[in-house]
Amino acid sequence: MISAQDPAPLLQVRNLCCAYGARTVVRDISLDLWPGEVLAVVGESGSGKSTLLNAVAARHTPIAGRVAFALKGAGLQDIYAMTEAQRRMLARTDWGFVHQNAADGLRMNVSAGANVAERLMALGQLHYGSLRAQATHWLERVEISPSRMDDRPDTFSGGMRQRLQIARNLITQPRLVFMDEPTSGLDVSVQARLLDMLRMLTRQMGLAAIIVTHDLAVARLLAQRMLVMQGGVAVEAGLTDQVLDDPQHPYTQLLVSSVLQP
Amino acid sequence: MTQTLLHTSGSAPAALLQMQRVSKTFVLHLQNSTALPVLQDFDLQILPGECVRLSGPSGMGKSTVLKLAFGNYCATAGQILVRATTGEMVDITRADARTVLQLRSQAMGYVSQFLRVIPRVAAIDIVAEPLLEAGGAPFTPAQARELASQWLQRLRIPPSLWQLPPATFSGGEQQRINIARSFIKPRPLLLLDEPTASLDPENTQTVVELVTEARAQGVGILGIFHDNAVAQAVASRTVAMHPIRPTL
Repeated sequence: MISAQDPAPLLQVRNLCCAYGARTVVRDISLDLWPGEVLAVVGESGSGKSTLLNAVAARHTPIAGRVAFALKGAGLQDIYAMTEAQRRMLARTDWGFVHQNAADGLRMNVSAGANVAERLMALGQLHYGSLRAQATHWLERVEISPSRMDDRPDTFSGGMRQRLQIARNLITQPRLVFMDEPTSGLDVSVQARLLDMLRMLTRQMGLAAIIVTHDLAVARLLAQRMLVMQGGVAVEAGLTDQVLDDPQHPYTQLLVSSVLQP
Repeated sequence: MTQTLLHTSGSAPAALLQMQRVSKTFVLHLQNSTALPVLQDFDLQILPGECVRLSGPSGMGKSTVLKLAFGNYCATAGQILVRATTGEMVDITRADARTVLQLRSQAMGYVSQFLRVIPRVAAIDIVAEPLLEAGGAPFTPAQARELASQWLQRLRIPPSLWQLPPATFSGGEQQRINIARSFIKPRPLLLLDEPTASLDPENTQTVVELVTEARAQGVGILGIFHDNAVAQAVASRTVAMHPIRPTL
């Protein structure tokens, strides 16, 4: 490295392997992520992208390898060596997880405001006025009118639900967010708006993110780095523009040549 | 924008970019692994304050040279040394992704022929963005926008367009957004891929002035200029690109 800033990464993954029964779906994946960095994970369906994301986010126990996260003041800690309670705490403070289907990441039967404030309440914040003020702030940041605060998410459009899910995750100012296809299923104008917002948030908050996506154009605009997966293996990794403009692996060449103007 | 960009010790100017025996062959795995050699044993050095023009017909690898220097393409062989702001020469062909990103943020800028940005963002914010990137100079959003408005003005983008996303702009307007976005953050090495291709004479003249000013401040420039008048006005020397013999 040229400068000595951030000597240790925020997240370190080493030789990660995951399996469903006898079938190995993620093989020997290693990666580092620093604050403010966005990593896109691309590849065809069934290539192991989402399993990798879940394993790194402590949602799917790997069969081998190590995932370490830099806890505040404690340095890199193996997340699977933590207690279940510690992992749960991490998942609702320093981490966020944005699901492809917003309904999986929201509670559809409570109000938008309650959805956004839930993580704060879980951390012991109980002052109604303060919770409501913070929820208002975050609804505004994701461009949802606070007048919708008391409406349930099932009355929201797909794009609004996705933004609500993002607000719900970001209210605790996490340092790392996992996103599984955050823009798929949204129409293009909503997608552009969400991209703009995600880029602004990663810049303003120094947020790091791992984004699983099918969309190479989304990856180019959001992510500095890219990991290409095929059959559970990382076949290529590097700078996003280098991987897209000068792909080296046959599979990456196929992926890039198959889309219109990535 | 008059600060000295590079501090060198001694009298001999230190190179900003040094390409040594660089080769590039594209291997098309989907076409029976056809090998397309584009560059072979290419040498080039850029010193502070000079503007080197790459010349030659299409397909000779001019853009490839720029993209290799920027770390956008991977070299097949050779060394590409870029001077970091610390003074250290970094081989971009071996550097990790973070190092390349840092070099791009601080040591070298690149004006491509195409503007690729998030669809909904206003032109003024696109121009201001390099100043707000993580690890960049400490600009507030308001200061960055103020500076961006000065660049938009200088490049004659009408204020009525500043708040609009550039997707609907003309080719020449988009190119000027790209130029403003690159010049707003001065870096010691500048790579220009046909910066005046879609510009009218008045704006072309502005670009000539910008390049001349940058040279006077010690910026080293490597560029492709199809317009001979522009090339004569800005370039201190020319490197002619030649076809290479295909290896069979």
